[in-house]
Amino acid sequence: MSNLQSQDYIRISATTLTPPSVRRHEQEVAKLIDVTRCIGCKACQAACMEWNDLRGEVGHFEGTYDNPLDLDPNTWTLMRFTEWDNDQGNLEWLIRKDGCMHCEDPGCLKACPAPGAIVQYANGIVDFISENCIGCGYCVKGCPFNIPRVSKVDHKSYKCTLCSDRVTVGREPACVKACPTGAIMFGSKSDMTAWAGERVIDLKARGFENAGLYDPPGVGGTHVMYVLHHADRPSLYAGLPDNPKISALVEVWKGFLKPLAVAGVALAAVAGFFHWITLGPNEVQPEDEAAAAKLINDSQGRT
Amino acid sequence: MTNTWQDIKNANVVVVMGGNAAEAHPCGFKWVIEAKIENGAKLVVIDPRFTRTASVADVYVPIRPGADIAFLSGVIRYLLEKDQIQHEYVRAYTNASLIVKDGFGFEDGLFTGYDEEKRTYDKSSWDYEKDDQGFAKVDDTWQNPRCVINLLRKHVDRYTPEMVSRICGAPQDKFLQICELFASCSPPDKALTSLFALGWTQHSVGAQNIRTMAMVQLLLGNIGVAGGGMNALRGHSNIQGLTDVGLLSNAMPGYLTLPRDTEVTFDEYMKTRLFKPLRPGQVSYWQNYRKFFVSFQKAIYGAAATADNDWAYDWLPKLDIPLYDIIAAFEMMNKGEMNGYICQGFNPLQAFPDKGKIRAALGKLKYLVVMDPLDTETSRFWENFGPQNPSDPASIQTEVFQLPTTCFAEENGALVNSARWLQWHWKAAPPPGQAQADIWIMSGLFHRLREMYRKDGGAFPDPLLNLTWDYINPVDPDPEEVAKEMNGRALADLKDASGQILVKAGQQLDGFAQLRDDGTTMSGCWIFSGSYTEKGNQMARRDASDPREAGIAPDWAWAWPANRRILYNRASADPAGKPWNPAKSIIEWNGSKWVGLDVPDYTAAAPSENVGPFIMNSEGMGRLFALDQMVEGPFPEHYEPFESPSENVLHPKVRNNPAARVYADDRANFGTSADFPYVGTTYRLTEQFHFWTKHALINAILQPEEFVEIGEALAKEKGIEQAGWVRVSCKRGAMICKAYVTKRIKPMTVDGKPTHVVGVPLHWGFTGQARKGYGANTLTPSVGDANTQTPEFKAFLVNVEKVAAPVA
Repeated sequence: MSNLQSQDYIRISATTLTPPSVRRHEQEVAKLIDVTRCIGCKACQAACMEWNDLRGEVGHFEGTYDNPLDLDPNTWTLMRFTEWDNDQGNLEWLIRKDGCMHCEDPGCLKACPAPGAIVQYANGIVDFISENCIGCGYCVKGCPFNIPRVSKVDHKSYKCTLCSDRVTVGREPACVKACPTGAIMFGSKSDMTAWAGERVIDLKARGFENAGLYDPPGVGGTHVMYVLHHADRPSLYAGLPDNPKISALVEVWKGFLKPLAVAGVALAAVAGFFHWITLGPNEVQPEDEAAAAKLINDSQGRT
Repeated sequence: MTNTWQDIKNANVVVVMGGNAAEAHPCGFKWVIEAKIENGAKLVVIDPRFTRTASVADVYVPIRPGADIAFLSGVIRYLLEKDQIQHEYVRAYTNASLIVKDGFGFEDGLFTGYDEEKRTYDKSSWDYEKDDQGFAKVDDTWQNPRCVINLLRKHVDRYTPEMVSRICGAPQDKFLQICELFASCSPPDKALTSLFALGWTQHSVGAQNIRTMAMVQLLLGNIGVAGGGMNALRGHSNIQGLTDVGLLSNAMPGYLTLPRDTEVTFDEYMKTRLFKPLRPGQVSYWQNYRKFFVSFQKAIYGAAATADNDWAYDWLPKLDIPLYDIIAAFEMMNKGEMNGYICQGFNPLQAFPDKGKIRAALGKLKYLVVMDPLDTETSRFWENFGPQNPSDPASIQTEVFQLPTTCFAEENGALVNSARWLQWHWKAAPPPGQAQADIWIMSGLFHRLREMYRKDGGAFPDPLLNLTWDYINPVDPDPEEVAKEMNGRALADLKDASGQILVKAGQQLDGFAQLRDDGTTMSGCWIFSGSYTEKGNQMARRDASDPREAGIAPDWAWAWPANRRILYNRASADPAGKPWNPAKSIIEWNGSKWVGLDVPDYTAAAPSENVGPFIMNSEGMGRLFALDQMVEGPFPEHYEPFESPSENVLHPKVRNNPAARVYADDRANFGTSADFPYVGTTYRLTEQFHFWTKHALINAILQPEEFVEIGEALAKEKGIEQAGWVRVSCKRGAMICKAYVTKRIKPMTVDGKPTHVVGVPLHWGFTGQARKGYGANTLTPSVGDANTQTPEFKAFLVNVEKVAAPVA
């Protein structure tokens, strides 16, 4: 959403420009969501809607407290509730605040073909720059957590910004400020990791022997982390990926296919140039016009 | 609350029973989390369903709605049997050693003195054995079988773990696990806090639910100490203030009581309000009743209240029945005995039991005046909103006036929170449209009514014509002026015994200790005295410093009484004045005076004077035996809800609260388990606040539509799918909504039979931004707690059937 100064960028989508990275001295930030002290009150959701001025539809009851039922362009964070009978036969009600994880190695950014539509700041926040977004939805495919949502109204992709506009001016994200039980904390990634360690000791003392921090290495770690009672089974928490990785397709596209594709495009340009100087420009023929008209009609009929 | 929100962090065990603190009080719940993280506290949740509070609990135990007294009586039995009580505390600070009159007894569910026809007790036997001077007799050795502690032991003997499990449906092993956690707080340096709310009050035995827990807390020595207490979490931001200023039909400000019609003279009125000490040397602070009363009369009648006219006693209304509560009022309205209704800040069509009856009763009024910031269901009761409000406007003659009012953010004033803090707040925004402050509206009504009485006379105009209205702008009194009046001021120079002037005439009082019964002081609400002194508005103080981080913060706002943050705090120290728990000391005797973080809830008496810590009680002690203060008995007893699937296994002949008032037409509307086999219970969800926030779009998005919660077993039995449509019915009405099939409600085995609970969240109505709903009070029965008449919303009978989706 918010476009910080370009000096803040450490990564920019679909561009060969080297980000300035002059602010590398900035501390990496992290939001720590301690699901073991979360009471699912949705104050974070309300605060997110207030700060970002988002209002979705008044939906329906769908057999769950998850309201709205899923993330959408107006819902950047969402409490997801899971009823789970544990191995001792006792019920646990696992409540997880879902939203962008702000991966250190962001799959959305890697997948994005629009120059400058997705950036990563020196503090670790991954942000969508709407004016550069082309609404292709590759970020959705690239995200191992299924977070971004493309608006059907303006065809731009949206997700949590980690309140980059607030963080830039030294404030905590809105959800952190609103959380009544301190279940959402914000600070430097190292402080949050240390605090999570203390929480894990307390949880283990209370019988949660697999308590731990969720900071998945498959995406280089995240700038939104969870304290989980059952860190050995993240997927219990409404399908939080056990071992998230950037989709192989994106890796192939970015790592191997993209240079080839770029070479292909370049080759086509070179071939075109030679075609022009050797044979002259292509003239548009009536049959070309007819084919184009048909193509437009077909595509309008589809949508 | 006896303690403060912040003080919860000092607890070793937090028990949430009769409430759902995380969902209904999410902001205050931070202190429970703080107790867990910083104090290693264990959180215990005892509730019919697995709530969001339970989701962060260390132990959760299910209990059938309406069985709390049985559960807690079982806890008392366990503590006494295992001798896990704080002995020194119990002996010194409770009435355990006092001897009860011969003649008091309990048999087959009834205490002595019951009159079946009147459904009331002659309570004369519910008293202490007294000596020649009128003092209660004592046996410190606890040998006398009529000692309170021995009678209590006998009374709870029936509540064995087997019996508790049989009545409550709670598994025995879980019950015993909870007993152990309670017992872990009997050492002097351990504290358990009880957090409760409407889950206890909204029962026909509501007051006794709370009393039973208070008795547990006395036995554990947990009243008056840091991290302990009985902590009622109030639902509205100012509901504590409502009771404090006596907005109940039988009350006056500061917990003074309105006269009965049998109390014809002031002397007769005072005769039952002398509060003579029941033990030698005790404070029995209510002995000052006359000072509070006379000062109140001076506040409302000014110069017209004189010694000669008994301080205008005759102008007070006199009650001909114990209480004109909401159930009584709507019964009268429904019978055509009440024709006009000014409804200020209330939404009875959603909030009062038996919605059908409420709707019919409103339709019989001549006029209805609704003062509210919102477009409430009550103000639109006459309009047809489809099945959710099937009114026929053509047949309703009630004239309805909607007077839009300001909300809290649009006016100055004080709110009293759960911890008894009066917190001043400032107007943040102008009100929309033509909304006006309640004070402005009431002033307008008053002036017009008074003028009519002045011009036309009337049966008894004196009470209105003589009211003082001493404000700079009589049409729109400033909230600060009203606050000053509540605090009180001297009407003449107040002098001490030596003739020295203490307070000059016209000055604000420093506190209620300065009140007099000779007409030289006035105070609109004696417990608020000290809130607005010559030093200014104490409620506006905002110094958050909290010495030793004890959770007291004495300079933030102002707490009644006397800025005391923890009630009964004398009991936090042992009889010699040394703190039971030196690590969390509140006050202590330093050899010459009481010192500490909080204002002592005590006199200046030295420990050697043996003045009891419960200075409001005439024996100076916490009461395990309640004397005649409760209508259904001095000990709590398990009675079934008025609609219950179970017999009372303890005494089948006395199934329900024998002292509860039930109107004949309401009784005829009670269903039986043959037709309505499941237990309904109502509750709130975090996303909404009562019926208000559904008017706000964000809240409507977060919890958009009415539903009920049923367990998987019941859903399977009835073929109900997740989010499928159901019809929930009772004898009084039915609602059609979606079902949430959940693991969080499991059938309980009560007296050998499976008992299913149907949960009915109550937020939806037919105005506002959320989807239309019927409202939980479509189902709830019209019967209240025997003492307070708080309606029984937490336990009633329903049936559930699968139905087709309604045609949109």
